[in-house]
Amino acid sequence: MHIRAMATLAGAAMLAACSTSGDNNRGDVASARGAPLGDNDRVPFASTYEPYPGAPTALVGATVFDGAGGRIDNGTVLFSGGKIVGIGDASLGTDGYTRIDGTGKYVTPGIIDVHSHLGDYPSPSVDAHSDGNEATSPTTPEVWAEHSVWPQDPGFSRAMANGGITSLQVLPGSANLMGGRSSTLKNVPSRTVQGMKFPGAPYGFKMACGENPKRVYGGRGRAPSTRMGNFAINRQTWLDAKVYADGDRDKRDLAKETLAGVLDGDILVHNHCYRADEMALVMDMAKEMGYKVTAFHHAIESYKIGDLLRENDVCSAIWADWYGFKMEAYDAIPENAALLQKQGACVVIHSDDENGIQRLNQEAAKAQHAGRRMGIEIADAEVIRWITLNAAKAMGVEAMTGSLEAGKMADVVLWNGNPLSVYSRPEKVWVDGALLYDAMDPKRRPVSDFELGQPGEGDVK
Amino acid sequence: MSRFSHILATATAVVALATPAGLCAQDIAITNATVATGDGSEPMEGATVVVRSGKVVAAGRGVTVPAGMQTVDGTGKWVTPGIFAAATTLGLWDVGAVSESNDLTAGNSPFSAALDIAPALNPSSQHVAVSRAGGVTRASIVSAPASSIFGGQGAIVDLGADPDMVVRPRAFQMVALGEYGARLAGGSRTSAHALLRNALREARDVGSGEMIPGGRAARGAPRQGDDLGPDNRMARNETDRGSDVLLTRFDAAALVPVLDGTQPLYVVVERAADIRAVLALRNEFPALDLVLAGVSEGWLVASEIAAAGVPVIADPLDDLPSSFEQLAATQSNVGRMVAAGVKVAIGRLGNGIEQPRNSPQYAGNLVALGKIPGASGLSWGQALATITSVPAEIAGYGGQFGVLATGAAGDIVIWDGDPLELSSAPTAVYIDGVLQPVSNHQTRLRERYRDLDESDLPKAYDW
Repeated sequence: MHIRAMATLAGAAMLAACSTSGDNNRGDVASARGAPLGDNDRVPFASTYEPYPGAPTALVGATVFDGAGGRIDNGTVLFSGGKIVGIGDASLGTDGYTRIDGTGKYVTPGIIDVHSHLGDYPSPSVDAHSDGNEATSPTTPEVWAEHSVWPQDPGFSRAMANGGITSLQVLPGSANLMGGRSSTLKNVPSRTVQGMKFPGAPYGFKMACGENPKRVYGGRGRAPSTRMGNFAINRQTWLDAKVYADGDRDKRDLAKETLAGVLDGDILVHNHCYRADEMALVMDMAKEMGYKVTAFHHAIESYKIGDLLRENDVCSAIWADWYGFKMEAYDAIPENAALLQKQGACVVIHSDDENGIQRLNQEAAKAQHAGRRMGIEIADAEVIRWITLNAAKAMGVEAMTGSLEAGKMADVVLWNGNPLSVYSRPEKVWVDGALLYDAMDPKRRPVSDFELGQPGEGDVK
Repeated sequence: MSRFSHILATATAVVALATPAGLCAQDIAITNATVATGDGSEPMEGATVVVRSGKVVAAGRGVTVPAGMQTVDGTGKWVTPGIFAAATTLGLWDVGAVSESNDLTAGNSPFSAALDIAPALNPSSQHVAVSRAGGVTRASIVSAPASSIFGGQGAIVDLGADPDMVVRPRAFQMVALGEYGARLAGGSRTSAHALLRNALREARDVGSGEMIPGGRAARGAPRQGDDLGPDNRMARNETDRGSDVLLTRFDAAALVPVLDGTQPLYVVVERAADIRAVLALRNEFPALDLVLAGVSEGWLVASEIAAAGVPVIADPLDDLPSSFEQLAATQSNVGRMVAAGVKVAIGRLGNGIEQPRNSPQYAGNLVALGKIPGASGLSWGQALATITSVPAEIAGYGGQFGVLATGAAGDIVIWDGDPLELSSAPTAVYIDGVLQPVSNHQTRLRERYRDLDESDLPKAYDW
């Protein structure tokens, strides 16, 4: 109760502070790699996110998975001023901190989903809300997912309350070969998308190979209608972009600014791609054009080329066990993650789903145990990395979040049991040290504008 | 040879001998296991399950193993009835997005209620094999309404590795109301309800005129449940088959057993108001044997559903306002309905990506809710029942499937741990007492790609 009262008071102070913060030109100083300055030399749509206030907190007595593969039994996690101060065993001093007893409980970094469409395909999923695919041209590098995000999507709160999600990457859909820029968000309720934008996060660039682009455009009797068509359009688009990137770049061109950002290494490529053979082709295309694939998403067949992925330092963002829903998913196996881990390749568990994002911890556990049954033992603490630090790495924010290290954002989840058990749920979720979800406090549970006055408002969900 | 491949080899050998099905049912006793019977009770440690001639003989503590019976030491293992997947689509498709392989819908068919999925079922589908390996032994299979509000007649099946999948064809009819039915009916719930009433009256006409068994059973003054009396146009019993029909004769005949209650009617519905409208149908058609499917807002009308004695098949973890008919969706839906006395099975899983082998995970999530203040979960035993005995009861097989009770089918799963926990998996699956193979496309891929060594030959030779 003491904690809650303090946090409420702090929240009131924050509101007052926020009311005057509109004219301090934060937009000009916000880091936004990959975003060329606009014509007025301002970063366009700059993040206005600021951490909410929180009390200096010591989580004591819990089992701590630090997100980087470390485990501390009877551990202590200290955070203050929005940052992790330190973690250690029971000998770590907690003077000046509000102690929360975590005996029998677990602490992890905030969970991160590298592949979400929350906000772009929000609930209710009616046509009027369908803002995730600019499916009017096979390449649309000019579009930015953040311009579609509806911050009132009730899915954000479910992801926090049930999944412990503190950061996520919202990607354009996969109708297009080049879908546009992603938006990396802190999972905080906000009136504007700028208020959610992860400060300093690089942009991502969504690409898609395989069935989807050829089906969408082939179905309209235009290119691409084949996989070879996919590659032809991609390569020509890159070649044209290289001319722009190698030139003076003076004439603003939104599409080519994005592609040039990729070629510069400032914008990270997230390539929807299922099949092993196609991933190999895409990696070769990247070498030809001079860019790097950061992660393959939905990489169902990664287990067939774990060596190649390791050598090229490409992450695989995968489901635990989605199977057979499309031809590209016919060779899905639940041991994918474990086989990749065994090969030394980077594993990320992703959702691509407004329900799955609420259970990334459970999906990771299923992937872990599928591996165990084939003789690949992966420790719990290492599995947590798949949904924390590895996801952060794939999003280019690993220096700021994804593990419990001093100086990083205090994005923290206290679980009421082992997060790799079906019987566990988040009990408390902090984002930058601010307590934004508390299962024990019905009022510390966000309710979106859309849900106000509706059946089920404020329910546990 | 690993333990796993040993089981696999044994199982393959058993199945090779098992045609025709059932001949190789094993008499077997599993001793000293943690046994959960599926009837809602909590698991028992140190218990024994005895199966003979394909049937459960006994399950519990203090059960004596008959002399000479093959015995499996269940120490450290859990034993449950096989999972009964309610309202799933196994066997109707190979690849969801490959339409040629997918018999889930028939949007361009001239028929609707008459559609019978039994001849379309493929027991060799990889989804059947994958689900079987996950402990799913029985299922009710539905097709999705697409050419009209009626989806056609579903079947009860087993997942045994044999050519006989169908346990009972034409086991129930499927109809969509709510937003789904409204779209199929022409754009409004009003049309869906008019179509449903018209169809049942055409069935009555066909049934009585052609003396289809049961066709005369439902005559009686129609009521609409309010003080206005029936709308004459809606209540008219006669149908001029010459000029005023919407259904093909085939479809109308198929609805006769729905009208007289000999074939259950599964109604897809989500919103509280729509659920009330469905329950009210029995004022007009008293014999309807209703089952509600979907029911995201069921908790808001739980007492009414319970009073009507109508069972529910719910997608348990829906907690988003995915549509305007699901605004009150919550993971506490199942728990609140069960607390109100509604019989609830978990089903229709997956939001388009069907993985019924994840039923235990879903059930486990309902147990987890018990630790959240304000949430309504289930006890462990209740949760297991939602994926075993309750769906079997809704399918008409209470006491026969989904339960370890004397005389029930020998559908047994031995698990390496708590079956609702993410770490656990089946180590052996029996259907009608027959040990099942667990090999499938996925397990073969796993073994091929256990390593990436191609120094001698390409992977294509690694089989």
